[in-house]
This record gives sequence, C-alpha cells and structure tokens, in this order.
Amino acid sequence: MARSFSEFGNALYTGEKSINFIGRRKTWYTISAVLILIAILGPLLRGGFTFGIEFTGGSQFQVHLEQGQDRDPQIAEEAVREVLPSSAPRVSQLGPTDIRVQTEALKDAENQEVTAALAEGYGVEEADVTYSFIGPAWGQDITRQAIIALIVFIVFATLVMALYFRTWKMSMAAMVALFHDLIITAGIYGISGFEITPAAMIGFLTILGYSLYDTVVVFDKIRENTSPGEMSDRRTFAESVNLGVNQTLVRSINTSVVALLPVGSILFIGAFVLGAGTLRDISLALFIGIFVGAYSTIFIAAPVYAQLRQDEPSIKDRDAKVLRARAKESADSDADTAESEAATAR
Amino acid sequence: MRRARRSLVFLLVIIVGLVGLITLGVFRSDATWTPKLALDLQGGTQILLAAEQTDGQAVGGEQLQQAVSIIRQRVDAAGVSEAEITTQGSQNISVSIPGKVDDATLQRIEASAKLDFRPVLAVDIGVTAETPGEEEATAEGADAEASASDAESTGDQAAESDASQDDAAESTDDAESTTDTSAVDPDPLPEGAGDLAWITPELQEQFDAFTCTSDSVLDTRDAPADRPLITCQDNGLKYILGPVELEGDVITDAVAQAETTQTGATTGGWVVQITMNNKGTETFGKISTRLYGATEPQNQFAFVLDGSVLSAPTMQGQILDGRPSISGDFTQESAKALADQLKFGALPMDFTVQSQEDISSTLGSNQLQAGLLAGLIGLVLVVIYSMFQYRALGTLTIASLAIAAILTYLLLTFFSWRQGYRLSLAGVAGIIVAVGFTADSFIVYFERVRDALRDGFSIDGAIENGWKRAFRTILASDGVNFLAAVILFILAVGNVKGFAFTLGLTTLVDVLVVALFTHPMMVLLGRTRFYREGHPASGLDPRRLGAIYRGRAQFRAPVIASKGAGKKNARSQREAERRQTIAERKAAESSGTPATTTAGKES
Repeated sequence: MARSFSEFGNALYTGEKSINFIGRRKTWYTISAVLILIAILGPLLRGGFTFGIEFTGGSQFQVHLEQGQDRDPQIAEEAVREVLPSSAPRVSQLGPTDIRVQTEALKDAENQEVTAALAEGYGVEEADVTYSFIGPAWGQDITRQAIIALIVFIVFATLVMALYFRTWKMSMAAMVALFHDLIITAGIYGISGFEITPAAMIGFLTILGYSLYDTVVVFDKIRENTSPGEMSDRRTFAESVNLGVNQTLVRSINTSVVALLPVGSILFIGAFVLGAGTLRDISLALFIGIFVGAYSTIFIAAPVYAQLRQDEPSIKDRDAKVLRARAKESADSDADTAESEAATAR
Repeated sequence: MRRARRSLVFLLVIIVGLVGLITLGVFRSDATWTPKLALDLQGGTQILLAAEQTDGQAVGGEQLQQAVSIIRQRVDAAGVSEAEITTQGSQNISVSIPGKVDDATLQRIEASAKLDFRPVLAVDIGVTAETPGEEEATAEGADAEASASDAESTGDQAAESDASQDDAAESTDDAESTTDTSAVDPDPLPEGAGDLAWITPELQEQFDAFTCTSDSVLDTRDAPADRPLITCQDNGLKYILGPVELEGDVITDAVAQAETTQTGATTGGWVVQITMNNKGTETFGKISTRLYGATEPQNQFAFVLDGSVLSAPTMQGQILDGRPSISGDFTQESAKALADQLKFGALPMDFTVQSQEDISSTLGSNQLQAGLLAGLIGLVLVVIYSMFQYRALGTLTIASLAIAAILTYLLLTFFSWRQGYRLSLAGVAGIIVAVGFTADSFIVYFERVRDALRDGFSIDGAIENGWKRAFRTILASDGVNFLAAVILFILAVGNVKGFAFTLGLTTLVDVLVVALFTHPMMVLLGRTRFYREGHPASGLDPRRLGAIYRGRAQFRAPVIASKGAGKKNARSQREAERRQTIAERKAAESSGTPATTTAGKES
C-alpha cells in the first residue's frame, strides 16, 4: 500500500500518470455549483439558520447532576412549563453530567422560580443550578467585529498574495475558492441544524485561514512550474498548471489526512461524549472546512487560475507553438497517445 | 553540516532560555508551570457590561478606559482576586471573575458612577495598622491647593452662610433615603452643606470607628447626595464630607499642565487645570468664596469619584472664572492621572448588564480533558500515518511535533505569566488545528526532498534543494496564516481573540521548528549510512522514488512502476530530460559526487 502510494507519487511527479484537473474543469464547476445551490437552498427550506442563545439573547440554566443521575430532558421541560406555561425551552445534555436549559429572557422573579423548579425536578441543591442571562447585543457585537475582521483579512490577503505571486489572478482564484468554501460550510451548518454559536464562528474564521493556506501551498508549486525560466516547451500553460497540482497531490492528500485526524477525533469525542459545546462547534466547522478547503484548492482554485490566464496574448502564443510542435511530433512518432497527457485546455 | 549543528544549538538555547526565565519567575515572582486557564475552563462568572452616559449618549474611548478603571477598583475592593477586566468593542466592558459571585458584589459592579464635589467637614488618619509617614499623608491630597489661576479676587469676601444654592444640597425632608441614616442625622437638618452641625455625636462615633479598608469604602458610593459621607482617600486619610454641593458634570475639561509662576516661568511642578461650564462657574465661585479663609479643614473641598476621595485641595482664593487649578506635590504622571479621572469621570455613567454567565468549573475541566484526550488520539493517529507514509522519516515528524509542543507549552506559560494570557477552550481548539498546519510543513518539506530525489539528486543535494523550495512555500503559506491570526487578534473580541493568539503563536513555532530542528536534523540524518544509501525503510529510497537522473547527465532506466508498460519508459526518460531545468542541472552538477546506487530491479 505504502509502496504503491509512493509509486503513485512518482508517476504523478513525472507526469506519467496525470489526473486532468484543469481540462475537466466544467465537471468540477458543475459539482460545486450544485453543492453551492444546495448550501443556499437547504437552510432556506429548513427555515434559516439556528442561532445560538448568544445571538438571540435569553436566559440559560445549567443543572449539574452527579454521575449516573437521571438526566431526562423531559423533567426540565416540565419544570419550566410549571413556571411559564407558554415557554418552549431548549433542553440539551451537556457533557456527561449536565443539563442545559435555554429559555427566552426572564425576569428576576421568574429565574428564582425556574431555578427552584429545576432543582426540585432533578432532586439537586439549588446551588447546583447556575443561571446565565445573555443580552442580544453581545452576539451582535461579536458578529460585527468578526465581519470587519473578515473583510480586512480578505483585502490584506489578496494584496499579500498578489505581491508574492506577482499576479493578481492567483489572488482572484484563491478568493473564488475561499468563498466557495465558506458558502458550502455555512450551508452544511444550516442543513444539519447545528446552532451557530461564537465557537462556530471561530471555526468559520479558521476555515478561511486554512482554505487560503492550502491554496498558497499548491499555487507555490504552480508558480514554480509556470515561471518563465521553468516553463517547458512541450507543455501548454494549462498543462503546466495541471502538472503542479498533480505534483502536490500526494502532499495534499497527506496533509488533509493529518489535519483531519485530530479534528476528527475532537468532533467524535465532542459529538458523542461531550454533547453540545465549544469543542464540538469548532471542530464541526473545521472538519468540513478542511475537507472542502483541500477539495477547492485542487478542483476550483487551480482551474480558475488557468482559465483566468490562458487568454493572455503571450501565453496564447506559447500554447499555440507547443501544440504545433506536438502535432508535428505525433505525426513523426508512432503516436503513442494511449494515455494522453493533460488534455489541452480550451 | 556546521550550520545544522549551529541551528540545533540555537534552538536548545531558546528552549533552555524559556525554561530558565519561567523558573526564575516561579521562584522570584508569581509565575506558574502551567498556563493560566480562562473562565470556560476553570469556572466562574462572566459579566458583560455596557457603559453608557446617564443622558443616553455613547461613551468615548478615553471614557471607557476610565470606566474600566472604575470597575476594576470596585472589583478589587470587593476582594475578588484574579479578576480580568477588559474592554470589548466600543462600549462594552467584560468582567471575568473566577468562582461564584454574590449578589452584593454584582450590584456594586453595576452601580452608576459619578463624580461629586463635597465640602470637607473633618479629616483624620484612617489607617490603624500603620500610620503613614508625614510626607505620605500630605502627599497630594491634604496639602494640595486650589488656586485661582488669575489670582484676581473680586473682593467680595462676605461669605454668605447659605451660599450653596445647589439643588443637591437643598435637603428636603421628603427624601426618604434608602440607607438608614436617620439615626445619625441632626435635627433639624442644617442649611448649608459645609455646616458643622452635620457632625452629630453619632456620626462622630461612626467616624472614629471607621478605618480605611477596601470593604468599608465599598458602601460609600451609594450614600445619598443630601447626607454627609464618611470615606477615604487612597493616601490613608479619612474624611467626613458634607452633602453634595456640585455635580461632576460641570467639568468640561481637565488637563495636566506644567506649573508656572505669576511671571510665566515654570517651576518644574505640575498642576491640574480644570475648566467648568457656566453653572459650575457660578456655584463654584460661591463655594470658593465661602471656603476661602475658613478654618482647617473646612477650607478643603473634596472631589469624590465612585465613593472615594480623589483629591481634597484647600481653597487658596476665590475662584470666580470657573478655572480652578489643583496644585500640590504632583509628578507629570500623577497630575495626568487625576486630570483624566476628573475629565472622564465627570460625566455620570450607567452600566447595564448585557450578559451574565455562570460557568461551571466541572464542565470546563471535562471539556479540557476531552479536548486533550482528543488531541492525543489525533496525534497518535498522525504518528501512525506518518510512519506508514514516511517510514523512518516519520520519527523525524514525531520528534518535530514534540519539539513544537514543548515550545508552544513554554511560550503559553510564559505569556500567561507576563501578559496575562489565559488558555480557553477556543485556544485549545486552535492548538489542535495547529497540529495539521505544523505537520503540513514537514510533509511539504519531505515531498520536496523526494521530488529532488526523483530528479536524480544525491541525498545531500536533494535535502538542500528540497529545503530551499519547501522553505519558501512554508514561509508564504504560514505568512497567510499569521496574517489571519494578527488581524483576528486586533479586530476580534472575546473568545475569538484567544483563539487568534494560539493560532499566531503556533504558526511562529512551526516556522521556528522546521527551520531550527527538522531541516538540521534531516541534514544530519542524511549523513548516516542508513539514509545516505537510501535504505528501503528510510523513506528516502531513491529506487522506490524512481530516481532517474544520476549526477552528471547520466540517465539510467527508471524503475518500472507496477503497472508500467515498456513503452512508457522511453517517454518518462524523455520526460525527465525535459523536466531538467537549467537551475536543476547546475545544482545537480555542483552537488558534488553523485550517489553510487546501482539500479536494482524491485521484486
């Protein structure tokens, strides 16, 4: 297995085996378009995103139980209804020992009553019931700041990448992939009905970092392959880009696996052992984001970049020359094109 | 080779240096061997207050800082240790208090803050434990003087005994004050705020018993404006103050200035120059007329902020232009501090609770344990995977990750001691994500080395060549990451900040480790026979990597991949020639003697 994997790497490196990422871009675009459509429509059909209490505001009670005590959420719901008949509390199990109850914002007197009712319902001391009040302004504040940070970051990152790669088209392609990742991740959140909490927002912000990070690594190889001194006279521009993606494919696979392993184990532990909480929220966003980020670098960013540049006059001329030489050669040689190298990008 | 050793020594110096610093910190100050934990991990109460001026206007940046220091004093006074008070956004103050908070403390924290002027009725030393030295007691309050900046007294010396026209001092009996002061109130209530009749025997008794501890001052801020107040100044003096005569919002400006004499020469001292509005000018003029020339200490006038005395200067003249200046034993800093307190404390502020969260410590520690466990499981999986992918080189990945972990831990501990950083759950998540980023650097590096081997470089050459290209990529991609971290850290609030901090830190550690550990180790390993000869288990086996080019433009038949057809050979050979760039050729030629591995067929 390992052996064949490194041989797979060799074949990819030499171009002997080549997956045509650039040539078949229409396929990838279609897949992504469908995914984006689902990501936008899905949450709409479900009735929008579920925002956590930090964004909506409200009161939150947390009942701490001993290990092994009855944690039936039903008890909490009844306890709240006893005090507030019209309330629809959200009850979730938190960690191995806690129950979390979220209600609309309550008055002080109502708090006391709900606290007492919960303590009685679960048979614990009132001291084991903690109470939090969250105003709606708080979540808005965090969101506003995060959005400002996002915009500033995107502007800066675009500039930095344009300077580093000496072409704004790489920046553009990277940004296209970035938005693709954000939309899809947000869509999965909306469809799965996971609450959007400040922790989930942190996950989102990390995705944007990761998505660009991954793109920069692959683009750096593409930059090498397509720099004027390095361009082979036997490959069109699109094929050079494609070779770069293929040459970094082993790294992309390895990195994604290595990055996903720890995040995956948190997600697993978070979802099955801890219940709702910061870790689960962050790791879900990360898990999706790393996966989609690695995908978009290869299937979106690279093809978009090739497409953006292939109509430049100088590149067009070169490509035409390469193709002419190739046609001549294949006429001369025994025309062994069983396994075509990267198809010419149209 | 020498460079590699130097890098490793340098890394060791960094690590030993950090350990040394922290050890010193542990013995000499309050450093700990573990990073401090944020509220979500150690449990406690987090309160988010929105500061607003009483008239509903937003508070400005400077004023918010003043509000933070007011809140900090309140929390400190409540005897809460380790509270963290920071601003969030443009008008929020976040207060994080470890452990449970009682309602009394909460109410104190939420109380409105205002600045008042009250006349001094009596002064005494309020510290029982240690009487402050002569200089200290007269440092900046008792001996401070208010002087007319233009020293023009208009000669209307007839002090009206009922000078104070201020509404606040017009005590009416219908005001049923909340605190039960009736026992000590004189009967009937005196007319003026500066009237010594306020000091009843009962009040005197309270005053005598009063000591300036943080607790005792706490309850003074709720004192009714129309009653006398017993409180302290931070220099250890205690006062009986009359009812409020003037409210702080008449101050329009207060600045620290160099003190000048009549002729305009500077004396080297500092004064606080106050400017008042019309209403303040008029009332203050009357007050100064009454106080000027009165007997000690009734010629003093106290600025009271949030229940404690900021300054109680002696009236040195009639000040009718609304521009009193406070002189005394000020340095530039202390003058500026007082000016800020007067200027930004002048506008009364209300604090409304935006959110209040009780965070249970058990849950936090559960989450932390689970997070660490998950991180560990993830790491073990990474180790297995990299052993599988990179054979013996996998050990280098593991060692590098271990070094990165040690550095990160030391740096977090260091920052937690020096900068008050606290590790939160979001930070833990940041660290776990960093495993991926950090491992990626090694993967990029190894893959580049392998690529160079495939191009037919000898091991040494491949390591150098691969490193050059890989390091450039690592710097570029980590640069983007670091940019994200810095921007988030500067702009974001709350939880996101803690996350951004760990992200930035781990990114830096990543670059350090790959440059100072992974690469030098690789160079050293490349010298060993095991790697130099490309042992099959080394992960750098040129035969397995299908190396084609051997030194000076000699090509040998590449190893045929498992499904390879003979036809492809010729093509890949051409391919290899094609792929040789000028740069690579040059590098290959200068990379010394080519390795003498003979081509062997793989079974």
